[in-house]
Amino acid sequence: MADTYDILIIGGGPGGYVAAIRAAQLGFRTAVVEREHLGGICLNWGCIPTKALLRTAEIYHYAMNAKDYGLVIDGKVGYDPAAVVKRSRKISAQLNGGVGFLLKKNKVDVIWGEARITGAGKVAVEASKKPPMQPQNPVPKGVLGEGAYQAKHIIIATGARPRALPGIEPDGKQIWTYFDSMIPDKIPESLIVMGSGAIGIEFASFYRTMGAEVTLVEILPQILPVEDAEIAALARKRFEKQGVKILTSTKVVKVEKNVNGLVATVEDAMGAAQTLPAEKLISAVGVTGNIENLGLEDLGVATERGIIKADPFGRTNVAGIYAIGDVAGPPMLAHKAEHEGVVCVEAIKGLDPHPIDKAMIPGCTYCNPQIASVGLTEARAKEAGDEIRIGRFPFIGNGKAIALGEPDGLVKTIFEAKTGKLLGAHMVGAEVTELIQGFVIAMNCETTEAELIQAIFPHPTLSEMIHESVLDAYGRVIHM
Amino acid sequence: MPINILMPALSPTMEKGNLTRWLKKEGDQIKSGDVIAEIETDKATMEVEAADDGVLARIVVPDGATDVPVNDVIGVIASEGEGSAAPSVEGPSAAPATQQSAPAANTAAAAHAGAPVQQTGEGATARSPKAFKNGARLFASPLARRIAKQGNIDLAKVSGSGPHGRIIERDVKAALAKSPQAPARPAPALAATATPSGPSDETIKKYYAPGSYDEIPHQMMRKAIARRLVEASQTIPHFYLTVDCRLDALLRLRAEINAAASKDKDGEPAYKISVNDFIIKALALALIRVPDANVTWTEATMLKHKTADVGVAVAIPDGLITPIIRAAESKTLSVISNEMKDFAARARLRKLLPKDYEGGSSSVSNLGMFGIQQFAAIINPPQASILAVGAGEQRVVVRDGAPAVATLMNATLSTDHRAIDGALGAQLLGAFRDLIEHPAGMLA
Repeated sequence: MADTYDILIIGGGPGGYVAAIRAAQLGFRTAVVEREHLGGICLNWGCIPTKALLRTAEIYHYAMNAKDYGLVIDGKVGYDPAAVVKRSRKISAQLNGGVGFLLKKNKVDVIWGEARITGAGKVAVEASKKPPMQPQNPVPKGVLGEGAYQAKHIIIATGARPRALPGIEPDGKQIWTYFDSMIPDKIPESLIVMGSGAIGIEFASFYRTMGAEVTLVEILPQILPVEDAEIAALARKRFEKQGVKILTSTKVVKVEKNVNGLVATVEDAMGAAQTLPAEKLISAVGVTGNIENLGLEDLGVATERGIIKADPFGRTNVAGIYAIGDVAGPPMLAHKAEHEGVVCVEAIKGLDPHPIDKAMIPGCTYCNPQIASVGLTEARAKEAGDEIRIGRFPFIGNGKAIALGEPDGLVKTIFEAKTGKLLGAHMVGAEVTELIQGFVIAMNCETTEAELIQAIFPHPTLSEMIHESVLDAYGRVIHM
Repeated sequence: MPINILMPALSPTMEKGNLTRWLKKEGDQIKSGDVIAEIETDKATMEVEAADDGVLARIVVPDGATDVPVNDVIGVIASEGEGSAAPSVEGPSAAPATQQSAPAANTAAAAHAGAPVQQTGEGATARSPKAFKNGARLFASPLARRIAKQGNIDLAKVSGSGPHGRIIERDVKAALAKSPQAPARPAPALAATATPSGPSDETIKKYYAPGSYDEIPHQMMRKAIARRLVEASQTIPHFYLTVDCRLDALLRLRAEINAAASKDKDGEPAYKISVNDFIIKALALALIRVPDANVTWTEATMLKHKTADVGVAVAIPDGLITPIIRAAESKTLSVISNEMKDFAARARLRKLLPKDYEGGSSSVSNLGMFGIQQFAAIINPPQASILAVGAGEQRVVVRDGAPAVATLMNATLSTDHRAIDGALGAQLLGAFRDLIEHPAGMLA
C-alpha cells in the first residue's frame, strides 16, 4: 500500500515549499517532491544568488568611488571572481538548507526525484534524469525516494526554465543562460545581453559594474518593457552613463561563435544590420513553464503556450489537480508563486481566501539604479480611460538621498482623479525595492491620497519621497 | 484636552444639516446633557446635547450655517481645568480628542464616539464619515467610503467582501451598479438639486422682471420635498383609481362614539375621533385584508409587510410631513386619534424624529377640510400607494331608481404599478370603501 497524502506538491521552489508549510499548518498530511534543490530557482539560481552578486558589485562600485565619501583606499581595488561566485553559492546553500529545516520542522515529507501523475490521486516518483547544475547541494537527509505515492490533492509547482531562441541556443560556453551567468570563471571583457527584462538588466548591471563592456539588445522600443516608460527612460540614461551600450527595437538575428567568443548580427526595426563581436552572450529572452513529463496530456489537464491553465485558486480543469507559480503563468515572480500557493491550499481547506489581484503584485529589479513598481503604468492608466493625476518627486529633493550620495532617481505616483484611488507607483533610484512595499500596503488597504497625505513619514528617510510624490499629485509638494 | 463637537447624524441617510442656532456661547460652562445647539434636517429640528462637561471653547460653525456635512466639527469643548483660557483650536491636528455629541434624540447612528475630525471651510479634505451599522462601527476602506459618498451609496446597506467582512471598492462598485440611480454619473448632483433636468435657475429668472419678486432661499424641508417628489414621480409608475364612498353610516357612528367619550375634570373628552382617524384605520384594515397590496417594491424582491403602517400627510408652515401610524390595523380609533394629535403638534414644532416618518406602506392625504372634492396624490417612497381623500358632501344619488340625498366622499388611490396592478388596487380600494360604508367593521 502506497503512502496517501492529503496534499502532494510537485516542486520545492518558493511556490511549492510555502504551499507545503501552509498546508502543514492547516493540518494536512503533506509531501513535496523535488528533483534537484529545495528552494527552487529563486533560492538556488535566481533571486538570491544574483542579489549576492549584485551586492558585491555595489560594494565594488563604492570602493572604486571611495574618495567621493572622503575615504582613502591605498592601492588598487580589485576582485577575485572565484571568491565572488563562492560567496553567492554559499548564501544559496545556506538558504537551501534552511528550506529543508523548515519543511522538517513542519513535518512535511520530502520525496527526492521526478514526479509524474499517473492517474487520479496517483504520483510515481523516479530518480531524476536531468543533469543537475553544478555546484549542487547535497541531497537532504531523511528524504523519501522513488516509488508510487497517493494524494487527494496534487499541486503542480514545477516552475519555469529559460526560453531559448532558435539558432541562439545557450551552450554554457559562449552563449549563457542565467545559470552560467551566475558562476563565471572570470568576468568577460565584452558581453552582449539579449533581452532587457529583470534578468537581462540585472546581469547587464552586474557585469558592467565589474568592468565588462556590455551591449544590451532589446527587441521592443523600451528597456524594462513592463515598467513605466518614464521610469525606464530614466534608468536607460543612467545605464548609458555607466557605459552600457543599449540597442532598442533591435533583435539578434544571428550568432557566429569563434575562438575568441562570438559575433552577433543585430538588426534594428528599419532592417539596418550591424555586427557586434563579444566574448559572451547572455540569453535572457524570458522563461517557459516546466509542463513536460508530468503526465498532463494523459489526464487532460489544459495547457496554453507553455503554462498550465488555472483559476485564481490554482484549480485546473481536472479535479484534484492544481497549478501555482511560474508554471501557472505570468507574472513569473517568486512572491506571486508563494501567495498563490497559500491561496490554493487555503481554498482546498475551504477557508474562502481572497484570490490574487494581479494588479497589486509589485515588481522589483535590483540593478543600479534599482527599479520598483506596482499597479498601472501611466500609459496603462490612460488606456483605462479615467482621468488621472500624476505626482513626481526626484531624489535630488530628498535630504537622505543627498546624504547617501544617491541624488538620481524618481518616485512617481498615479491616482484616479475622481476617487483618489492609487492606481500605480513607479520608482527608480537607490533602495527603491525596499520602498515599494509602502505603496503595496496602501493599495491593499484601498487608501486614497488623503490617508497617504495624512501619514507621517520619518525624517530623514528615502520614504519621504513617497509622501512628496503623493503631495505633488495634488499640487502640494513641499521640497520642490 | 479639547473635545470636538461633531455634526451628528440623526438618521442613517442624513448627510448634512443646517445649524439653526447655538444655545450656548463661547465661554459658557457646559454640563453633559445640556442642550447646546439646534440643528435642522430635512424634516425636523433637533437639539444637540453635550456629551461632556467643560467650557464651550470655540464655535466653529456659526448660527444659520447651511448644509454642514455630518461629522464636521461644529464646536470645541475644553475640558474642565482648561477653562475659557484654552486657546481656540485651529483644525484637526490641534484637537486630537474627538467625541461625537449625542443629539437629544438617541438615534443609533448618532450615539457613537470616534468619528473622524473634519475642519470646515474651504479646502476641507474630502474625508468620508465613518458609518455605523446596527450601532456597531462599519468597516470600509477609505476608497470604498469615498466612492460610496460620491455615488450616494449607503454603506450600511452594502455587505463587505474584504478581510473580516470589510467593505472594499468592489463591493461599493457592485452596489453602484445595482442602484437605480447608478448609471447617472452626476448622481451626487441629483441629491443636491431638486430638478436635475429642468431649466437653470438663471433661465427661469429671465421670465420675470428683476425686482418683481422676492427670492426666498429654500429651507431643508422644501429641498427634501422637491427631491423626494421628483424622485417619486420619475421612478414610480403611478396609476390612479377613484371611488365614491357613502359616509352617512360613518358620520352617525362617529357622533355616537364621540358622545360616549368620558370627560375629565375640566370637561375635556378623553378622545374626539375625526373622520380622518376612521380613514386611517379603514386603510390599515384594507391593507391587511388585501395583503398583496401591503407591499414595497425593491429591484430584487417585493417586501410584503406584516403590519399596516399608514402615513398621514400633515401640512405645516412651509411644508409637509408624513408621520406614520405604525400597525394602525391593531390600534383603536382613540389611540390613532391621540397619536395623530401628538404627531401634528410635534410636526408643527419640527420635532418629529426620523423614526416617526420613515418607512410605511401607504399614506392618507386628506384635503377634504379645504373643500377639495377630488385629487390624486404622489406616492411617498418607499411606499407603494397613497390615498387622496376629498370632502364629504351631500349629493343627490339614485337609490332604488329614485333620487335621494347621501353624503359622499371621493377617494383616489395612487399606486405603484411595479408593485400593485389595477385589479389588486381595485381590491384594496373596494375593501376600503366597504369599511367606510360599514364602519362597525372597524370596531371589531
